[in-house]
Amino acid sequence: MQWGSLTEFLAMGGYGLYVWTSFGATALCLVGEVLAVWRRHVAALAQTRAVSSGGD
Amino acid sequence: MGINWFKYSSPQAFYPLAGKMIPWFAGAALGLMGVGLYLGFFVAPTDFQQGEAYRIIFVHVPAAWMSMFLYVLMALWAGLGLGLNARPSFMMTQAIAPTGAMFTFLALLTGAMWGKPTWGAWWVWDARLTSELILLFQYIGLILLRASIDDLRRADRASAVFALVGVVNVPIIYFSVKWWNTLHQGASVSMTASPKMATTMVTAMLVMTLGFWMYSIAVTLARMRCVIVERARQPSWGTPAPVQDGAEVRECSGGV
Amino acid sequence: MSQPSLSEALRGVIRRDLLLAMRHRSDVAMSVFFVVIVASLFPLGVGPESAVLRMIGPGVLWVTALLACLLSLGRLFTADYLDGVLEQTALIPQPLAVLVVGKVFAHWVISGLPVVLLSPLLGLQFGLSGETLGVLTLSLLLGTPTLSMIGAIGAALTLGLRGSGLLIALLVLPLFVPVLIFGAGAVTSSLAGIGSEANLSLLGACFMLSLAFAPWATAVALRIALE
Repeated sequence: MQWGSLTEFLAMGGYGLYVWTSFGATALCLVGEVLAVWRRHVAALAQTRAVSSGGD
Repeated sequence: MGINWFKYSSPQAFYPLAGKMIPWFAGAALGLMGVGLYLGFFVAPTDFQQGEAYRIIFVHVPAAWMSMFLYVLMALWAGLGLGLNARPSFMMTQAIAPTGAMFTFLALLTGAMWGKPTWGAWWVWDARLTSELILLFQYIGLILLRASIDDLRRADRASAVFALVGVVNVPIIYFSVKWWNTLHQGASVSMTASPKMATTMVTAMLVMTLGFWMYSIAVTLARMRCVIVERARQPSWGTPAPVQDGAEVRECSGGV
Repeated sequence: MSQPSLSEALRGVIRRDLLLAMRHRSDVAMSVFFVVIVASLFPLGVGPESAVLRMIGPGVLWVTALLACLLSLGRLFTADYLDGVLEQTALIPQPLAVLVVGKVFAHWVISGLPVVLLSPLLGLQFGLSGETLGVLTLSLLLGTPTLSMIGAIGAALTLGLRGSGLLIALLVLPLFVPVLIFGAGAVTSSLAGIGSEANLSLLGACFMLSLAFAPWATAVALRIALE
């Protein structure tokens, strides 16, 4: 381990804002995209069920 | 390998196959990204010149690579679709686009995050960043073009043409901006990774790239399944539609 | 009646489009006035200092000409599409790509050429002089038809779509960037005394490449839109 403490790790030598914004944004985008695709799938299946069970 | 791949080219067969493959790719993505992050934060040493800020490259470079790789892949499927008149190929182009756009956006954002502490500027007009920005515009244009066309066949083919035109444009842009930078000597800063990188740094970057790649495959397959379900509602598929002939075709513009 | 030759068909397309345009002479005036007005906005926004204007002049004039081309693209195919002539044109035995060249050429004569002819005057407004004005005109002479040809692809892809005006811009502006860089670069390097041959040659290369590929891509896009 090259980090003395959690505080050091979070500070990233003073660049914490930049580093964690980058990794945070990446995590947010990846998770967000997964959720968006999952929601799209659910919606598509729901619409198909609605159409096949009598239509609008 | 005696698998008959063509039997999977029909959406009905591809749907369950994709469903089975997704967990494997998702697992691989998580594993690789976990290893990559560990290597990046706990094994790779501090950079002499850039301090800890350089660690952003462990997401910036993989994102940039994925953005370009996915665009080329998208264009390949587009070309296949136009050449073979194969609808599944067009569906792949449709499924890849949002993920590619996301990685392009991330590449630009993390690039700015890296540039500010390292070179003092949120943005520089060097060839790589400018090409990446134009690439984002092309992704967005592609997605919006498809969304603007209601007729599925026209949407497929028009976005395929645009994807191909765009893939030719990117190296031209790169060259022209490089040229432009040599002309206006002011902008000589380029946000490239430092030439000498410790092996651990390169390894972590490559592992993260592989992780992003596995992630992209998983998400693209999942989105393909959405596209298949959405398109199956339209009678133009030839599959028996639950809707009566003559009834209004449901518009499927889809989300992300 | 014998089959018309390729050049006859080409000349026919050009003659028809020019004739129609002459009946709506305001279209010519529109491009010209747009460029004049927009080019005048920049000094008003930036200040009248001649050194600054001379520096931004090449870029401003080039971007203005580019925007004028972009705005005129909506007129390239729309009228013919709406009254069914475009479908007929696509059915002619002559290659559609060649007919596209004819339409784009006529369109450029109406919207692009006036801008080229006006450019020396606009250059004077920005304090450009002498050889630089010549380079400006030459760069626009090479560049505006190139922009029209590339823009035609976007016009064909978005034929008849809602909101196509903005969509064309989004699709086509990334494709315009290299032409802008080389065109404005030619004028800037002339201004700096470096010599504009390199940029002009690259601009010429863009012109030839677009002439070779853009009409074909446009024809493909037209057929897709007309299906």
